Amino acid sequence: MQETSTKDSETDTKVIDEGVEKGLKGLTPEKIELVINQVLKNETGARLKLYIDTCMRCSLCADACSFFLSNDRAPEFSPAGKVKQTLHEMIRLKGKVSKDTLRNIVRIAHTECNVCKRCSMYCPFGIDIAYMILLVRRICHKLEITPLYIQDTVNSHAATMNQMWVKEDEWIDTLQWQEEDAREEFENLRIPLDKDGADIMYSVIAPEPKFQAGLIYQSAVIHHAADINWTMPSFPGWDNSNMAMFTGDYEISGRIAKAHYEAATKLHVKKIVMGECGHAFRSVFDVGNRWMGWAMPPVDVIHAIEFYHYLLTSGRIKIKDKFKETVTLHDPCNISRGRGLHDKARELVDMLCESFIEMTPNKEHNYCCGAGGGAINCGPPWKINRMVNNREKADQIKRTGAKVLIAPCHNCHSGLEDILHYYDQDMEVKFFGDLIFNAMDKTIYKGGE
Amino acid sequence: MNMHTFIDFIMGEMVIVSFVIFIAGTCGRLLWTFIHINKTENFIFSYLSFKYSLRSILAWLTPFLPVSSRKKPFFYSISYTFHILLFIVPIFLLSHITLFEEYLNWSWISINDTSADILTIIVILCTLFFVTRRVVVKEVKYITRTSDFVFIIIASLPFITGFLAYHQLFAYKIIMIAHVISGEIMLILIPFTRFFHMFIAPIIRAYTGSEFGNVRGAKDW
Ligand code: HEM
Ligand code: SF4
Ligand code: SF4
Repeated sequence: MQETSTKDSETDTKVIDEGVEKGLKGLTPEKIELVINQVLKNETGARLKLYIDTCMRCSLCADACSFFLSNDRAPEFSPAGKVKQTLHEMIRLKGKVSKDTLRNIVRIAHTECNVCKRCSMYCPFGIDIAYMILLVRRICHKLEITPLYIQDTVNSHAATMNQMWVKEDEWIDTLQWQEEDAREEFENLRIPLDKDGADIMYSVIAPEPKFQAGLIYQSAVIHHAADINWTMPSFPGWDNSNMAMFTGDYEISGRIAKAHYEAATKLHVKKIVMGECGHAFRSVFDVGNRWMGWAMPPVDVIHAIEFYHYLLTSGRIKIKDKFKETVTLHDPCNISRGRGLHDKARELVDMLCESFIEMTPNKEHNYCCGAGGGAINCGPPWKINRMVNNREKADQIKRTGAKVLIAPCHNCHSGLEDILHYYDQDMEVKFFGDLIFNAMDKTIYKGGE
Repeated sequence: MNMHTFIDFIMGEMVIVSFVIFIAGTCGRLLWTFIHINKTENFIFSYLSFKYSLRSILAWLTPFLPVSSRKKPFFYSISYTFHILLFIVPIFLLSHITLFEEYLNWSWISINDTSADILTIIVILCTLFFVTRRVVVKEVKYITRTSDFVFIIIASLPFITGFLAYHQLFAYKIIMIAHVISGEIMLILIPFTRFFHMFIAPIIRAYTGSEFGNVRGAKDW
């Protein structure tokens, strides 16, 4: 392909995003000023003030950011540098920000920061830059200048309670189709819909039924073989993803998470097991609950890594043949820095694979895949920029020399595939589910054995 | 007011006034900060965990434990040295202690004058390093404002003037007055400027440490 022979090495600041342009056209200076000041005054408090008053502008956070590293240490990409160009600009000008500046601000806040919180671990105070960038996105949302593609996913959430405009019958059809296929392997296999009082509710992100139905097949087989009392909701609330959380549309974001918890409570399940996705986990475990006024999620929530770890250590799933090729592991931000699951992930790798190479930096310190925080959802106009901004990530992966890259997150998965392709790296990206499905003994677990 | 009474004033009442403003201002601002948190984002209190706050603060106080400090050992060494000496030198300087003894009859152990002199030079060199870094390192330069230089200069003035006064290099009296006044200005400014970072640092660390440790089960260093 063309793009691999002539690679861009600089971020294009002139990318045109139709959604942003259309929004900007509708704005007047008065409206801009009003909205910015409203959000700053009514929606922020002590935290923002402390962060702004305390930042010593030492730039120790710079080295944390893969955007900064990928762009030859250009200061515009340092975390504090990005806050300077966005939030500080709005505060300094007391909301009187020009449209050209706003265009710049949207680009930085939406496509040049993954809100991955890595920089919080490098700032000696622990200042939360990601919070400030999300605040900027909140303002962009209220100004209606959110990038087109990610706004479309939010619209879908608002209209259908799932990210991909999946209709209710389409969802049920897909599950039944996967069930039917799987019954050729296991005659009694079911994907139980709306089973009241099941032990767990299994939830996925909408791209699974839309594009990757095979993943639902795999998990059905895993659940079946492990003899789990499980269910999936047939009604809205089944999708655990949440793009509104990343566009600052907190009203929709809250509704999405609420629908998800409500699905679980309606079905009287003991806990929610979430598929291999990171941002969705952040939404259900850490964000949606806060919007609804719960300190912690109202329903027990675990990520697929914890679930698989349980299945393998309890003997519910037995591994027949370990995976032979050398693997490396990408720690998704939202479940390592976001949930500390990196050690369990390594134990899983150990149970599943013969040969493992660490990627460095790793665990809490891993770099974001570059797709996270809604960056990949900003869509095709921003893709080349995303590749340029991910050079450091590509180098990090290349250094491992592994053949297979495990990424237990959908966003990471797609993002990493893009980078590997762009930087001509011959590596396959896999989920833990893929590995377990291939390596497991496909007999049905009988308790008490 | 003649020279003598002026000197008496800045070395007497003004010292007390400075300390009172420093202490009252600090308490006031801290109190206001907690009221502000309570009024605007009181959920923060429900996430604060004593254990994880302490864990984070201690981790960040341990030299070269945080990955951040291992990536920039040179910078952190200087910053640690600077911050420690900032307290050690003025508190354990013999001539300061003598003053306290004279007025309040308090005294405590001191460092000898030669060491104090060397430590003072080190502090001044550290501030020179901070200034240079702001001019030379591009990501630091990019976010630097004029006030950052003023800030460093205010922090270094008591040391520079103290050094000059000790060596009686020139215009001893004027330098001495400048020394006392710059020390008092710094003390007075602490509650009202970014010098206040010394008190906010543990608060932000506690919150970040609690979010990372208690909610997300992760380390934050
Ligand atoms: C004991 C409490 C204190 C803590 C925890 C603290 C912490 C920090 C931190 C984390 C930084 C930013 C990065 C760094 O230089 O390491 C910093 C910078 C700085 N601090 Fe402090 N500080 C304290 C007390 C003070 C005091 C009392 C002063 C002076 C009156 C001071 C003066 C400075 C200066 C001038 C800088 C800026 C260096 C630069 O411009 O790069 N600090 N402090
Ligand atoms: S949150 Fe992540 S992407 Fe954003 S500035 Fe910090 S390190 Fe960079
Ligand atoms: S490391 Fe922290 S204090 Fe220093 S510039 Fe970055 S956010 Fe500000």
